[in-house]
Amino acid sequence: MYSVGYEDLGTPTPPAGTAAAVTLEIDGTQVTVPDGTSIMRAAALAGVKVPKLCATDSLKAFGSCRVCLVEVEGRKGYPASCTTQVAAGMKVRTQSDKLMSLRRGVVDLYVSDHPLECQGCPAHGHCELEDIAAQVGITQTSYAPGAAHRPQAKDESNPYFTFNPELCIVCSRCVRACDETQGTLALTIQGRGFGSKVAASEDEPFLESECVSCGACVEACPTAALTEKSIIGLGVAERAVGTTCAYCGVGCALKAEVRGSGADTEVVRMVPQRDGKANHGHACVKGRFAWGYATHEDRIRTPMIRKSIRDEWRPVSWEEAIGYAASELRRIQAKYGVNSIGGITSSRCTNEETFLVQKLIRAAFGTNNVDTCARVCHSPTGYGLKNTLGESAGTQAFDSVMQADVIFIIGANPTEGHPVFGSQLKRRLREGAKLLIADPRETALVRTPHVEADVHMQLQPGTNVALLNAMAHVVVTEGLVKEAYVAERCEPEPFARWKAFVSEERNSPESSEGVTGVPAHMVREAARLFATAGNGAIYYGLGVTEHSQGTTAVMAIANLSMATGNLGREGVGVNPLRGQNNVQGSCDMGSFPHEFSAYRHVSDPTTRALFEAAWGVPLQSEPGLRIPNMFEAALDGTFKGMYVQGEDFVQSDPNTHHVNAAMESMECVIVQDLFLNETAKFAHVFLPGSSFLEKDGTFTNAERRVSRVRKVLEPLAGYQDWEVTCLLSNALGYPMHYAHPQEIMEEIARLTPTFAALTYEKIDRLGSVQWPCTDEAPEGTPTMHVHQFVRGKGKFWPTEYVPTSERSTSRYPLILTTGRVLTQYNVGAQTRRTNNVVWHAEDVLEIHPHDAEVRGIADGDWVGLTSRAGDTVLRAKVSEKIAPGVVYTTFHFPETNANVVTTENSDWATNCPEYKVTAVEVVQVNQADAWRRRAEAERALPHGGRKQRRDPAPA
Amino acid sequence: MNIDLLIKMANQISEFFQGTTDPDKAATDVATHLRRYWDPRMRKQIVAYCEERHGAGLTNTAIAGVQLLAQQEQKAAAPAAAASAGAAAPGPKS
Ligand code: SF4
Ligand code: SF4
Ligand code: SF4
Ligand code: FES
Repeated sequence: MYSVGYEDLGTPTPPAGTAAAVTLEIDGTQVTVPDGTSIMRAAALAGVKVPKLCATDSLKAFGSCRVCLVEVEGRKGYPASCTTQVAAGMKVRTQSDKLMSLRRGVVDLYVSDHPLECQGCPAHGHCELEDIAAQVGITQTSYAPGAAHRPQAKDESNPYFTFNPELCIVCSRCVRACDETQGTLALTIQGRGFGSKVAASEDEPFLESECVSCGACVEACPTAALTEKSIIGLGVAERAVGTTCAYCGVGCALKAEVRGSGADTEVVRMVPQRDGKANHGHACVKGRFAWGYATHEDRIRTPMIRKSIRDEWRPVSWEEAIGYAASELRRIQAKYGVNSIGGITSSRCTNEETFLVQKLIRAAFGTNNVDTCARVCHSPTGYGLKNTLGESAGTQAFDSVMQADVIFIIGANPTEGHPVFGSQLKRRLREGAKLLIADPRETALVRTPHVEADVHMQLQPGTNVALLNAMAHVVVTEGLVKEAYVAERCEPEPFARWKAFVSEERNSPESSEGVTGVPAHMVREAARLFATAGNGAIYYGLGVTEHSQGTTAVMAIANLSMATGNLGREGVGVNPLRGQNNVQGSCDMGSFPHEFSAYRHVSDPTTRALFEAAWGVPLQSEPGLRIPNMFEAALDGTFKGMYVQGEDFVQSDPNTHHVNAAMESMECVIVQDLFLNETAKFAHVFLPGSSFLEKDGTFTNAERRVSRVRKVLEPLAGYQDWEVTCLLSNALGYPMHYAHPQEIMEEIARLTPTFAALTYEKIDRLGSVQWPCTDEAPEGTPTMHVHQFVRGKGKFWPTEYVPTSERSTSRYPLILTTGRVLTQYNVGAQTRRTNNVVWHAEDVLEIHPHDAEVRGIADGDWVGLTSRAGDTVLRAKVSEKIAPGVVYTTFHFPETNANVVTTENSDWATNCPEYKVTAVEVVQVNQADAWRRRAEAERALPHGGRKQRRDPAPA
Repeated sequence: MNIDLLIKMANQISEFFQGTTDPDKAATDVATHLRRYWDPRMRKQIVAYCEERHGAGLTNTAIAGVQLLAQQEQKAAAPAAAASAGAAAPGPKS
């Protein structure tokens, strides 16, 4: 069922851009709507509710239930208002005795199969059948008892929702939601008449079927046949609060439905907002269902301190914890210098919180040693796009994909990592757009119902740049460059240099085939398609950025888009798929050590003067330490204290043993988080964090869309995260007084040109706003670089392919690459504490059958995974989805901690770690427990139990 | 800091820029990159290393870039030292 309080208009908005206005008359009232609108929708817009059962405004009209009949003057019969479109001058009647009797007949039949035993039903008060029966005055059926759907067993296999066939009216809304909204096509209606029923896959329990638990069918169901278990447990919600998902960079608009008030407020469920501009009424298993972590018993509710990381934690008051933290930071600065401390902002916190943490570090600590977890994911995007196009952000709105003719996905797995965008993408692909994929693995999009990639380039990890250069070679040497576009919009000299560079024979698909492993004819076909098939859009993820040449690859992507004229309008563009919900925002807010908000360098005197005037203190003009540099400086003894908000880099950052050794040398680590995470093992002060349900603020998604996060629950430990930052700042003698995050946003807008015209009032009014939001673009900017590039002329860069130093050797003959799965999120701190573990309870190592066989490894065996940095143990999954010579795993579970084996290699420009390429060996192990115990014991020891091997990469 | 790591990073930077332009300009680009993105203690260390060990292990472009950086920093330090005497600096720099 859709969200409480939502007014369903019955059928979707007609496609934008069509549409002359049409005026008609409904029940004597003049109504004007766009052409293509259904009578049902037009009536609803005029405040007239036509009864309906099989229609809902998130799905195409279906016309099966016949309860929505109307009379149209001059027409015979009783057309269904959901499938009949408006026409100019039409006169419609929605109420008459005849219509009432027809509707009663229909409802009577439904009720014969679905008795109105509404008291005690979980949907009571929010069921469309119940409402319509009341509307037409039916309380029980007139049919004699006979064949019916009951009794049939419930399917309770899915941890989050139940399917009760007895309550099903076979309206097909669920089936259509799974097809149209989600694109998984898991459901069908089997059988006929009273024998018809909804079946998942081959009539399997939902959990065992292809269902990915997105909840679209549950949201679409008009009765309690498909219902959230939380509603069955708690009852229908009393009210709904609009907020934004705190998981991935899609940033779905959600409604938190709640019961009770004040401290007794309980979340009943989360439902997608149908008017959400990033998600259009869709969500995934994480945002929709996996929010239980917010009230998990592992949440820490009291501040704690300890002198040494070997001591027990001591619960203390907020005052004592903050006082201790502040005195330690000042003590360290007095002893080791002002730049001996720093901090890390979180891509999971709000813009306001992130802005405040970097302000605290720059103004109150007096140093630029601030960085953010974006360092380890999308920092190359910022650098690469700034230097080519002029702005460190994706160029499009998600909706732009609906205008794309050819979609090139490189190093991204949207159906797992960005599921709601993945569904939209599949919709466009089902409409016929071409699909090119470059990925070492056969990701789901390569072959999925009604979608098959036109070209899948299964390249060797670490060779993105060689592949992109080869594609550019084809574009240039086969005369496919959009010369007029380039001449008008790009700097001529760098273009000429780039053109000469990619034209060189060594960059041809034939020459690079040996490096990339991709047959030359495939690269040629892909390049030709991309350059000639109309609107070409590139989507990329961490498979591009997390390499020693991550920045180079981002630049190569921008080069390819500029050369083919694919920037500056809908349907095209360079689209980074951001991992965490607020990666874009945390970067925008000035979290990098060298930049203030809106990517302005700290050495720029004008910008610095602006901030100095606003903040009332002198600010440093030199860049500070990046996260990996902080670890190095810590080992050197020049970096001793840090404040870490909402980030678990000990689990998420590469080369865990090295990070552990660095962390052990710190004198004061302040961790602010929901849980005692891996980083907290090295902390001296623990400050309880607040979840997204407990705070106000904004998140910025991958399409630069700023959306509101609204407080639904009282903060469990008493404070929202931004309030804790203020407390710490005040204790350090730098006063911060804000009554509400709105005041922080006002400060951001004053100091940040791209946010200049952004206000909470505007976000509330428009739903969300894409920056730049300025006087010139007061309602935001969906598409960037429309008339010209932000930097003026676009700049091409030659992108020489430099192989990573991390190569397979006789000792480490395989290449490990990493990724993520749909149901888990990042280090898993949240999703591991939800029922999502039924789908993915541990990290596994995917290995090709050939590599498995020569090592005597069978599916499900325990295997040891070793690199020059460390070792871990996990289960093998023998799979042909991965190429020979490559193995693949996720990093969601600390027990496995895949980052024990990843190395210190990093991107040349940004130090973004090279997670995607590690030379490893895999061996079958009989005693997994002994391995794991040893690994755990090592982790608990100083220096991670081993001396750091810092030898150069094996030759 | 671990000098091997700094050498590796400087070399990686030089490898990018030497492919993009002529050698002189590449050295300038390397120097600019280091100045804009490296914390002063990292810059100080690579400059010192480059001088003491004559750039051992660094690519030619990296050496040229680091040497240029050293000159630029020297130049900047002279007037800045004079100007900052008595000024309210944010704090001692390590
Ligand atoms: S489960 Fe719900 S949505 Fe699906 S057919 Fe039955 S009543 Fe309709
Ligand atoms: S939950 Fe989603 S994937 Fe599963 S059956 Fe329903 S719509 Fe399909
Ligand atoms: S797609 Fe991303 S933002 Fe949307 S519900 Fe899923 S995790 Fe949340
Ligand atoms: S709502 Fe129109 S036919 Fe079902």
